[in-house]
Amino acid sequence: MFMAPAVAIMAVALIYPLGYMIWGSFRAWDPTQTIGEAEFVGLKNYITLWSDPNFRESLGVTLRFAFFCVTIEMVLGVGLALLLDRNIRGMSVLRTMFILPMMIAPVVVGLMWRYMYHPTVGTFNRFLERVGLSDVDWLGSHALTSVIIADIWQWTPFIFILALAALQSLPRSALEAARIDGATPWQQIIHIKLPLMMPVLIVTGLLRLIDSFKVLEVILVLTEGGPGLSTEILALRISRTATEFRELGVAAAMSNYLLIILMLLTVAMFAFTKFQEIRAARVRMAAEDDS
Amino acid sequence: MPEIRLEGLVKRYGAVQVLHGIDLEMADNEFTVLVGPSGCGKSTTLRMIAGLEDVSEGEIYIDGRPVSHLEPKERDLARVFQDYALYPHMNVAMNISFALRLAKRPKAEIDQKVRQVAEMVGLTEFLDRKPGALSGGQRQRVAMARALAKDSGIFLFDEPLSNLDAKLRGQMRAELAMMSQSVEKNMIYVTHDQIEAMTLADRIVVMHGGYIQQQGTPEDLFKRPANKFVAGFLGMPPMNFLNCDVETRGTETFVTGAGFDLKLQGEAAQKAQSHNAKELTLGVRPSDLAFSQNARPETALTLDVRVSEYVGAQSVLLCECGGASVTVEVNSETPMALGETLVFEVNPARVHLFDRKSEAAL
Repeated sequence: MFMAPAVAIMAVALIYPLGYMIWGSFRAWDPTQTIGEAEFVGLKNYITLWSDPNFRESLGVTLRFAFFCVTIEMVLGVGLALLLDRNIRGMSVLRTMFILPMMIAPVVVGLMWRYMYHPTVGTFNRFLERVGLSDVDWLGSHALTSVIIADIWQWTPFIFILALAALQSLPRSALEAARIDGATPWQQIIHIKLPLMMPVLIVTGLLRLIDSFKVLEVILVLTEGGPGLSTEILALRISRTATEFRELGVAAAMSNYLLIILMLLTVAMFAFTKFQEIRAARVRMAAEDDS
Repeated sequence: MPEIRLEGLVKRYGAVQVLHGIDLEMADNEFTVLVGPSGCGKSTTLRMIAGLEDVSEGEIYIDGRPVSHLEPKERDLARVFQDYALYPHMNVAMNISFALRLAKRPKAEIDQKVRQVAEMVGLTEFLDRKPGALSGGQRQRVAMARALAKDSGIFLFDEPLSNLDAKLRGQMRAELAMMSQSVEKNMIYVTHDQIEAMTLADRIVVMHGGYIQQQGTPEDLFKRPANKFVAGFLGMPPMNFLNCDVETRGTETFVTGAGFDLKLQGEAAQKAQSHNAKELTLGVRPSDLAFSQNARPETALTLDVRVSEYVGAQSVLLCECGGASVTVEVNSETPMALGETLVFEVNPARVHLFDRKSEAAL
């Protein structure tokens, strides 16, 4: 009975739109029709999507985008955290500056980078010209790379602060013991710091992965998915299918594919934390048995 | 095994100076205990020897070689931490062998060493466990085994027993004492517990306020404390202190204070007479007072018994003497009633006298 309000809110805010989307994905649905008028086509939307080269291309772009973004962000974020985990003067100011990109609205980030990537007046090409190098076609032939760079700029700080928090909660004395045992700074990172940070890093990585599958604004502003389909990630394709191609049913089916991917990642994350808890509990029990 | 020498060791944190020039020499195979209340600088001294803390001034020599600019690993030492400082993601065997693996020793040698030290500290059946699955005492043993496996000449202990419960602490203390006899190493042990210091040390260094107060064998320090601090710090229950004045009556020397008038004998009398200041502090250990109803007043203290703490064969009486509190250790069989006024004879050879201002022993 006490759960009733929560259940009611869940039903209105979550189940209803979700159910609507799933229901709609089984229909050939035009925005001029109500959902009742749309013709029921079963799994047709899902099946045609699989043979649609544009959808596959878009899925591929999304996977590539997510993979490169998260990998590079993890390496950079953790690397920076390891580098800046020390008490020297001005470090707190530096740390605050590092997390600024995360606080900027994605649309602004997109506009900013679009300006910087501009072929003639953009910061990058002007700089390249000044040092005597040839221009780079940032948002043309290198569009996906450029988009990935912008995402890395924006989200590396997220991993940086979480990794830094993990680092600073490591047991100091274990690190001192490692120094006495003869570990070089590099060996301390490999043998002590990284393994102990791993649980936090795995969850952080999964969170970023989930986020990067849903990214929309920055790419919308930067390239609108172009040129061609080279940066058309799934979220963008879904929105275009619904608005430009006016195929609500197909868009809903696509959303469900994305949802399935995200669900799998979320389940993986929960499974991981659950696994950690169970292991910790088992270890505690074993310790109590002996003492 | 290496000899360690500290020369004018100073430590400052910003404007705060916590160590004021520590000079200390530790000989071959010696078990040295640095003891003192918290904040006395003993742990800082140990961390500086280990290389975990920078030296502000002075120098540390190991075998005559200055080492204060060297990294910990270049100093050939092993250390047992207060919180054990085990590597939580490695099992016991990996913890023990970490230093050897970093040193790229051959695998057979590592395996043999791990088995050897595990057997020494009784961990053989736990080699596959992670530290999280061990009890406090077992973790303590792993920390010990890890330090032993390193085969360094110097062994540093930073309050290794203070996280254990009382019973286990006593047991581990005894094991440590046995180990220190069989292992030929130069050991430096930091503790705030005077019982650990007394039982383990070849030599005790008492520290207070960033200075060394006194160093010597446990017996030396117990019998001939250099000042009031050392006298009060070592020994349980602690020494009684009573303010007194020296008076010479004919050829005899007396110390008088509120509620007592004691005649000094032998060495104590000579010292009191030749000392300039007449205001002193009398120190008597609780075990140097004996119940004796017929003792003459000039050899005894008359005490009002307030509380009796029964601790088995012995009882500790909390008494009062002219407004000052005095503890007495007596045999529990002695019939004693609270609220009574009783006479306790002072062992004249075990009377301690301190200058009241400088607190130094006469």
